[in-house]
Amino acid sequence: MVLENENQQDIEADAAARAFEAALLRLDRLTATRLLTAPAGDGNGLQRIERLVLPALERIGQHWEQGGLALSQVYMSGRICEELVEQLLPAATSERGEGPLIALAVLEDHHLLGKRMVHAVMRAAGYAVRDYGRLDAAGLVARVVAEADVDLLMISTLMLASALRVAKVRELLAAAGRRLPIVVGGAPFRLDETLWQEVGATAMGRSASAAPAIIARLTGGAP
Amino acid sequence: MSEREPMTAMQRVLTALSHQEPDRVPFFLLNALHGARALGLSIRDYFAAAETVVEGQVRMQARYGHDCLFGFFYAPVEVEAWGGEVVFVPDGPPNSGEPPIRKAEEIRALAPPRIDEHPCLTRVLAAIAGMKARVGDTVPIIGVVVSPFSVPVMQMGFEAYLQLLAADRTLFDRLMAVNEAFCVAWADAQLRAGATTICYFDPVSSPTIVPRDLYLETGYPVACRTLKQIKGPTATHFASGRCLSIVDDVALTGTGAVGVSADEDLAELKDTCRGRLTVIGNLNGIAMRRWDAAQAETAVKAAISAAGAGGGFVLSDNHGEIPWQVPETVLDAVAEAVRQWGRYPLAVSS
Ligand code: B12
Repeated sequence: MVLENENQQDIEADAAARAFEAALLRLDRLTATRLLTAPAGDGNGLQRIERLVLPALERIGQHWEQGGLALSQVYMSGRICEELVEQLLPAATSERGEGPLIALAVLEDHHLLGKRMVHAVMRAAGYAVRDYGRLDAAGLVARVVAEADVDLLMISTLMLASALRVAKVRELLAAAGRRLPIVVGGAPFRLDETLWQEVGATAMGRSASAAPAIIARLTGGAP
Repeated sequence: MSEREPMTAMQRVLTALSHQEPDRVPFFLLNALHGARALGLSIRDYFAAAETVVEGQVRMQARYGHDCLFGFFYAPVEVEAWGGEVVFVPDGPPNSGEPPIRKAEEIRALAPPRIDEHPCLTRVLAAIAGMKARVGDTVPIIGVVVSPFSVPVMQMGFEAYLQLLAADRTLFDRLMAVNEAFCVAWADAQLRAGATTICYFDPVSSPTIVPRDLYLETGYPVACRTLKQIKGPTATHFASGRCLSIVDDVALTGTGAVGVSADEDLAELKDTCRGRLTVIGNLNGIAMRRWDAAQAETAVKAAISAAGAGGGFVLSDNHGEIPWQVPETVLDAVAEAVRQWGRYPLAVSS
């Protein structure tokens, strides 16, 4: 009996997440807002994020990886979620409580879209993110070493040479005695499946929307 | 067994482009950067003079025996002409810096740069002319333009461009008009300098970046207008973005060939393009860095077997530029494998 109820709840939550996903892809902010604030979708802000926002974004990211959706759609849906969470569920970040402090940077490149998309998704997921902007390896390491409260580093790259430079970031951090997980992403890592391991990263995300689940896995938190 | 007459690179490529089988599968090693290493120069110094690029291209063609010379320096030459900066690194392609268009409103006053006023562009033209003087009509010379629809990523930044696409079609149309004027002039100047064909880099039109319905409203009409005006043959390249779902549309833009991604099935791409578009691709340039000779041979064999039959295929990497980190020995192995497995009639055709 209890089991059946839970199944029923799961099915409803899944249907709501799919409706939310469809609204995002239509750029239909109104419906997305309604779904996110509906009384039936009870629970606090963070629970709503985990029930609606994250599954929808994750599926959108997976569809992009498989070639079913375009980057512009992934970008727009991430931005809408970021906005909605900031407006409607501003307390979500504090509900996450003592979550990890994440630093996010682009290594070398002037093309910041990958980082922007990761930032949007992480904010929509209720994580506190410190945006380092664009830095070279030495600059990035200096900043991480100076900021002892940073628990985890996320790096986005576009060029292969910059992706390879993550190995240097790793080395310099180790030399400075600073050990923390490094999560990488960006085109070169998608195109060479083993590159993230070669440069000594802790994990790699194939799309921006994969980021919250990776962080949760690495830090032992929900989801 | 009938031995076919050996062809010049030009004959081989033209035969393949007309969807017939030449003496062997043509291949393009699009190594814009490796010439610097061949001449013992830094990447910055290599691109500082037309003569070094000519020498680099001619030497590499002699070493690998591939079927083109590449007139391409780096995509940001264009953005430099639009007033942007180019950032050099010691171990990779020059990249564009801070985008020159800071606010979308600036598009209203934008005018296309004049080619003869920009040394970054005239150097490319001088290099193409130098290559032509060396090889005449025996080896095709590939010129490159970034499409009017894709270049705004460098002109104004990707995020601002996506927002412009979503929110302001009037300003977008104005930007396309200016960019189209430049793109046609830039392509024609390269053709006049001696380029055989123009490679139209248009990855933003790829379904990896924008959905097909948006492409049909934007990148597609831009390509139709632009390619029609360019006074020479063109090939469209998606720079490793996908294209299978838009092949029918691309075939109507007036282009003769398409550069395809390693993310899609080469045999299926070939089937879809057959008789309409020559397929160029699709070795994964990023992964190539770690290949040994055996892996190079396996990859070349697989590509030829998937797409070689009937002509209409040029073996190449999937991006249109081989990364600096790819060792010369891998390129030797690729070249050797094409000579071994690419001879028509194919021994490996599927
Ligand atoms: C569109 C495109 C272009 C356009 C615009 C590029 C731009 N952004 O500036 C144009 C035509 C201008 C272009 C030019 C060039 N390009 Co280009 N281009 C592409 C293409 C097709 C998409 C790149 C892109 O911007 N995508 C959008 C971003 C947001 O996607 P992304 O980085 O993959 O990020 C996603 C995920 O990876 C993830 N993610 C990103 N960061 C992070 C971080 C974390 C922590 C996590 C979890 C996830 C994550 O989230 C994002 C969304 O889900 C790629 C190939 C490809 N298939 O991806 C080549 C590619 C990026 N280009 C490449 C190159 C080399 C160039 C040039 C340097 C060529 C040259 N010699 O001139 C120029 C210079 C570009 C410049 N900016 O100055 C190479 C880079 C690798 C390399 N070989 O070194 C690529 C990968 C092609 C290839 N297969 O080799 N290009």
